[in-house]
Amino acid sequence: MPDKIIIIVNGKSHTVQAAPDTPLLYVLRNELGCSGPHFGCGDETCGACMVLIGNQAKPSCKLQVAEVGRARITTLEGLIEDGELHPVQRAFIEAQATQCGYCLNGMIITTAALLWKTPHPSEIQIRGALDGNLCRCGSQARVLRAVRRAEMLLSQPED
Amino acid sequence: MASRDSNQKDRPGSGQREAARGEATNLLDDWIAIEPDGTITAFSGKVELGTGVRTALAQIVAEELDVPVERVHMVMGDTARTPDEGYTAGSMTISSSGTALRQAAAEARRAMLEMATERLDANLDELSVHDGVIIVARHPDRSVTYAELMGGMAFNLPVTDQAPLKSPESYRIVGTSTPREDLPRKAAGQPSFIHDVRIPGMVHARLVRPPGPAAKLVAMDESSVKDIPGLVKVVRRGDFIGVVAEREEQAIQAARQLKVEWQETAIYPRRQDLFTALRSQQSEDSVLVEQGDLEKGFAGAVQPVHATYYQPYHAHASIGPSCAVAEIKGDRVTVWASTQGPYPLRGALAQLLNLPVENVHLIHVEGAGCYGQNGSDDAAAEAVILAQAVGRPVRVQWTRKDEFVWEPKSPAMMVEVHAGLDRQGNVVAWDYHVWSPSHTRRPRFASQLVTAQLISGQPAPRTRFSFGAERNAPTNYGFPVQRVTVHYVPNSFLRVSSFRSLGGSMNTFANESFIDELAAAAGVDPVEFRLRHLADPRERAVLNAAAEKTGWEPRPSPFIQATTVSSGRGVAFARYENDQGIVACIAEVEVEKNTGVVRVNRIVVAHDCGLIINPDGVKNQIEGNVIQSLSRALKEEVQFDETRINSVDWQTYPILTFSEVPAIEIVLINRPDQPAVGAGEPSTVTTAAAVANAIFDATGQRLRQMPFTAERVRKALTDRG
Repeated sequence: MPDKIIIIVNGKSHTVQAAPDTPLLYVLRNELGCSGPHFGCGDETCGACMVLIGNQAKPSCKLQVAEVGRARITTLEGLIEDGELHPVQRAFIEAQATQCGYCLNGMIITTAALLWKTPHPSEIQIRGALDGNLCRCGSQARVLRAVRRAEMLLSQPED
Repeated sequence: MASRDSNQKDRPGSGQREAARGEATNLLDDWIAIEPDGTITAFSGKVELGTGVRTALAQIVAEELDVPVERVHMVMGDTARTPDEGYTAGSMTISSSGTALRQAAAEARRAMLEMATERLDANLDELSVHDGVIIVARHPDRSVTYAELMGGMAFNLPVTDQAPLKSPESYRIVGTSTPREDLPRKAAGQPSFIHDVRIPGMVHARLVRPPGPAAKLVAMDESSVKDIPGLVKVVRRGDFIGVVAEREEQAIQAARQLKVEWQETAIYPRRQDLFTALRSQQSEDSVLVEQGDLEKGFAGAVQPVHATYYQPYHAHASIGPSCAVAEIKGDRVTVWASTQGPYPLRGALAQLLNLPVENVHLIHVEGAGCYGQNGSDDAAAEAVILAQAVGRPVRVQWTRKDEFVWEPKSPAMMVEVHAGLDRQGNVVAWDYHVWSPSHTRRPRFASQLVTAQLISGQPAPRTRFSFGAERNAPTNYGFPVQRVTVHYVPNSFLRVSSFRSLGGSMNTFANESFIDELAAAAGVDPVEFRLRHLADPRERAVLNAAAEKTGWEPRPSPFIQATTVSSGRGVAFARYENDQGIVACIAEVEVEKNTGVVRVNRIVVAHDCGLIINPDGVKNQIEGNVIQSLSRALKEEVQFDETRINSVDWQTYPILTFSEVPAIEIVLINRPDQPAVGAGEPSTVTTAAAVANAIFDATGQRLRQMPFTAERVRKALTDRG
């Protein structure tokens, strides 16, 4: 019988039944019904499965669920507050920064973490932060524009 | 008008409807339905591959019907609901499905206007349509909506292709950058992909693959996984092995732990022998162009030029490995798959299961971008085999390694060109030869699926006809004396199938590198040299637009500098399939001479695809084409040895990263008076040559083999005589 493990996802505490070495990604997708993080490589090399752990963007495909502890996990769907998309999500839509959209989760999560830590990053900082996120369709030029747009939206005072 | 109820209750999954479909694709109701709530449902047999074509098709329908685009709901690629439009491929969706939907929408509009003449007691010429409301022009109080006329009813009319079409000058929706309808839900993390499909009672599967395609199963020890909790079944049929478990991580564990012994066989040539092995096969040759007397042409040349170009195997490398879900109830099969050909795959799966084709319902769900045939079709076959074996719905998820090893690759190709220049630098002879296996092997038959081959132990059948290598083998330059020959070889060695532009990328790399070599030999500016041979005004306009945007200064290449880092510029031009989209690409590069590292700083593309449906959508496609083809040109090559494919992950098959992405500038030339042609592929073919020509401009060294890795560039620079 799998163990009972408590994790905090998108502001809520969840008791999940899973073997302790289960990668967080499968718990999020199959136990909690998240469809934001995606399986891409299983090897922490493509970024499709990224989630926020605290305020840091991390791949979830190898991270064992038992190692998460009390860390706050935020998935793409968890960025939405009171039905309102996060400014980074809005920026990606406004910049039409996607093709197939499979990598979009990792792009948005990484950008959110980057702008949290560095509200006004240099071009090199942006590219460096996103180098762990692969996109095969070639949406990178748009993603770079979306990051700049997100920077602007986040620095605007709330109404 | 008859009620549409009979159709409605059949959806989805009506065998009758499907049977009728093949004979009745000109039935208006097969393309357009007016719903009681005023929304429009439009049916397309094409599928969304991540290009945004769903939005573009909705724009076309909305335009002809005069309704807001948000009101059009596209249903795509479902064998119970949509027409059979074959494969979504070749940058053809706008020109084929778009044209069909445009005609259907115009027919629907005409039919409803005619109905409105009775209802509103008015003449046809008194009526106008605004947002789905038909109004009598001089009496705006007399109006009727599409939904009031039609909601829930069938038209029962044919599409005559005679209904009046709106003229492009009056377009309000087509030609605008309508935002992608799928982006808000994808950005919010809502279920959108095949990977997100969940069926009640569904179990999870992983595959246990042979180490190489020719390896044979010697022994399998099922007891090695007996301690795995949740294991449903180890399914073995021939050399096909799948493990099925209640939970996904249990299936992963079982696949890892299952003890299997394989006997490997050497079947591939050694990598250093690949192109010799390719070229030395008995080939089937066809001459595509033959003009003038080659012998005389060469005899009149003062300067003969020869070159050979090489392209390795490339992987589609979809970012999300293939996935499929299947459910079998009695003799009825439902398959969710991200195939490019819902109807052809349905046929292959029915054959695999030995069921009538009507018993299989195939529903397309978006996968990660595929750019050609990846593992999606094979995954669907595995899902049905495993669902049949365990009697429950099964979700199959390929691993990253499964995808790299088992997806069909873009074939390795080589090109040899000979040409002659006269004293004035004119091309007086051009003799082009391309060697390639056939590119398209999409499954129509079960035997083409890897699963079936593993089960039966039979290799893939030989292709019945060869296709793909001729694409863009001829140029659009008006050489008076020329011959273009395709040499189709039977053995591709690695499993291959279609990849974006088929042979168009390699042929354009060769053609556009070689014409650059001729321009350099003639001492003429590369843009000027091309313009000398281009007569078509649209083609000339595209090349000129790229040069102008770049700030191109006419001078011959190369422009060798004594500095450690040299910079250069290169141009390439092509008309896709010789009569489709027109593209010119200019690359600006820096080459670090001591390391061989090539940095591409800027790419300018000028692009004419006729009437533009969605300008931002076209730009998105061009940017994607540039980045993907740059990645192929600079970095990509499938590694293999005599028994195995060794590109198995992102370390062994690296692709372009954010730090390597150049600035991309695009000039769109809109031609509202010309038919809309595809934008999904043309700009993928020109990048490699533009970059190779820029490297030559910077260093005087010619890179004739992709990819242009630092090692290869360094070698070219140190080997120079």
